[in-house]
Amino acid sequence: MTNTFSKQQSASAMKRIALAAMAASVSCSAVATETLSLWYHGAGNPAEMEVLGSIISDFNASQNDWAVEIQSFPQNSYNSSIVAAGLSDNLPDILDVDAPVMPNWAWSGYLAPLDIQEDQLAGFLPGTIGRYEGELYSIGFWDAAVAMFARRSVLEKHNIRIPTLESPWTKDEFNSALANLDASGDFKYPLDLGMASTGEWYSYAFGPFLHSFGGDLMDPSVPTAEGVLNGSAGIEFGEWWQMLFEQEWTPGTSQDGGDRETGFLNGDYALQWNGNWAAPAALAQFGDDLLLLPAPDMGEGSFIGSGSWQFAVTKSSDKQEGANAFIQFALKDKYVAAFSNTTGLIPATESAATMTSDYAAGGDLEVFYELSNEQARNRVITPGYGVASLEFEKALRDLANGADVADTLDAATDAINDDLEKNNGYR
Amino acid sequence: MDTVKSTFTDTTAAPEGAALSGERTVKVNKSGFNKQNLAGWLMAFPAFSLITLFLVIPFLLAFILSFTNQRLMSPNETEWVGLDNFQDMLGLSTFVLEPERDVSGAVVVEDGETQFPRLRQFTRNNPDYPNLDGKRRWLTLPWFNDSQFVVLASDVVFMKALVNTVLFVSIVAPTQAFIALLLALMINQKLRGVNVFRAIYFMPVVISIVVISFLWRFIYDGENGLLNSLLQFVTFGAFKPVDWLGNPDTALGSIMAMSIWQAVGFHMVIWLSGLQTIPKELYEAATQLGANGWQTFRYVTWPGLRNTAILVMVVITMQAFALFAQVDVMTRGGPLDSTQTLVYQAVQRGYGKQDIAGGSALSVVLFVFVLAISLFQRYLTREKN
Repeated sequence: MTNTFSKQQSASAMKRIALAAMAASVSCSAVATETLSLWYHGAGNPAEMEVLGSIISDFNASQNDWAVEIQSFPQNSYNSSIVAAGLSDNLPDILDVDAPVMPNWAWSGYLAPLDIQEDQLAGFLPGTIGRYEGELYSIGFWDAAVAMFARRSVLEKHNIRIPTLESPWTKDEFNSALANLDASGDFKYPLDLGMASTGEWYSYAFGPFLHSFGGDLMDPSVPTAEGVLNGSAGIEFGEWWQMLFEQEWTPGTSQDGGDRETGFLNGDYALQWNGNWAAPAALAQFGDDLLLLPAPDMGEGSFIGSGSWQFAVTKSSDKQEGANAFIQFALKDKYVAAFSNTTGLIPATESAATMTSDYAAGGDLEVFYELSNEQARNRVITPGYGVASLEFEKALRDLANGADVADTLDAATDAINDDLEKNNGYR
Repeated sequence: MDTVKSTFTDTTAAPEGAALSGERTVKVNKSGFNKQNLAGWLMAFPAFSLITLFLVIPFLLAFILSFTNQRLMSPNETEWVGLDNFQDMLGLSTFVLEPERDVSGAVVVEDGETQFPRLRQFTRNNPDYPNLDGKRRWLTLPWFNDSQFVVLASDVVFMKALVNTVLFVSIVAPTQAFIALLLALMINQKLRGVNVFRAIYFMPVVISIVVISFLWRFIYDGENGLLNSLLQFVTFGAFKPVDWLGNPDTALGSIMAMSIWQAVGFHMVIWLSGLQTIPKELYEAATQLGANGWQTFRYVTWPGLRNTAILVMVVITMQAFALFAQVDVMTRGGPLDSTQTLVYQAVQRGYGKQDIAGGSALSVVLFVFVLAISLFQRYLTREKN
């Protein structure tokens, strides 16, 4: 109640200031260029900032109505900066948002639907289009994908079939491959899942395994996690997951971040579940021997996560027209390709992919474009995603450390449902 | 007469105990707002206003918010929910779980273990046991007739965090105070180069706790960690490497050891300041009376350190209750909740899960808990006249 009051008050104060500013600018010059503020999570990544900077200067030079000003934040504190700005009603006009977080910000009233026509979205990878409740809220220039990193020579030596997009490993095939590699004694661990990572990696990278078993974090249409996360598919997934650690087929939660970086490259791990960002180093190490394989099919299909950082317009902005104009301007293939070339991420459109070196036909990382297009599946679209993802991470960690499968998944389910209840089902 | 008296008490009111035992009328006069102490109030104003802004107001807000369903960000309006947050956190039930029996009524035993029905049959959507709904197993005790006595908690993570925090405080506070005293006694000598040791012991206090936590993560690493390598070297390879932070049995102990090491220098300095206030004449007199080292410590040093000891214990206790950064960097509460702490959970809830109300409720519980312990310490260390 007090919140709405202060929002109105400050909004009207802002309007007054804006009016005064407009009066002042009108009296000074005839043509007014309005400033659009843009917040971006890429501080500390000069290459990325440079591409974005060149798009902005192109946009500013292309017309006289708007001038975009960028402010960048370190990724770790970006989301908290947005939340703090949202609470104090200081949001910029344009911001970038991590795909699974978008529904929460849209629900919280931070974002306005984008004014972009459907035909402009043709050719974009499904994971780059951020929709919530039937509205388009965000759009990405790139996507990311994970694959099973492997070496042809290793698989051939151990008589393991090389899977394809059309026929990925089945669950039994995958398990016996791991048992096989483990028994050979050639490796410290047959598989590395990246347990050293924390946070979103768990839901992004391992959620698709759960989905492949037929489960999910929750059913957002009810909404509830009961029977979805802790149903029979979920428990089957949990038992399989725990088995990987019981068999010591993969390093556990205390894995060192350095081992994650180097373990596959120096041959300690036979297989590694990793993202496209790790591919250049592996390519440099193994060249043609490197295989980037699709996710195993646990019964209900072979999936990987999708959705990376995307651009959106804030609801509180009084310059939404300009903000939309900038995003439309930036969606040109040449910029999408430029982003991909500097960041190594998957370009959002096929036409842009042909303009890049890595993702063009025959490019080293082309397979990731295929994976993204064929297997990618959005993380569950709900404002409750943040809590669900945290609980899923905790459950996976506990299971890896030997907690009871059904009880752990029940606990996560209850925590997710408590959150849904406290938020009135996010309606 | 009155003013004279109050100036008199003002100048001599240094030890807190003395001020408390002073006359009531004088005390009221002294702390009130009047011309004589205007300068004092002005001097205190910046500190008071900062404390009010950053401690008192946030605490009052937390207290109020703990009775609502306030979220960090939400378009829904905040509502009063009464004691719901506290109930969700503190709720406990007990239940006697009967073992599975076959048709003849004999207990089913498989692989030498008595088989029990799954608790989730009773705790999940079972209309016969509404008091168990949503609760989880916290403690299990053997009971009569092969059954189990189960304590269920609404919020097992909170309970574990509470137990871990109490365990942490009750081990770290005395150990850290004792080691700090030993170091202070060793350093309180006129030896060449003693300042070097003083600096070395104090160094961890100056370094950011986050940096130290990262360093100790490498030390505790299960495969190539410094500690494992060292122990293997010392035992000629007989020592089997331990995954210190990855094992539920060793994780909290590892964090305790590292925390004791980190802050011991700070308390050493406080002890040192106490040691240096003890008049030299007392030691000279003790020597002349032929007291040995232990007697000197027991009858001169220790009584002289009384107020310092109270300060050190109160400060360590409060610092230990605030355990957060080490857990956040090194274990994130795991493995299997073995390093969950109250402050870590308060941050997780309020910020990670955007449940400001839940985080506030936890903070209020922590406040009441620490307040009770401080009052108890205060009672134990009161002046006995």
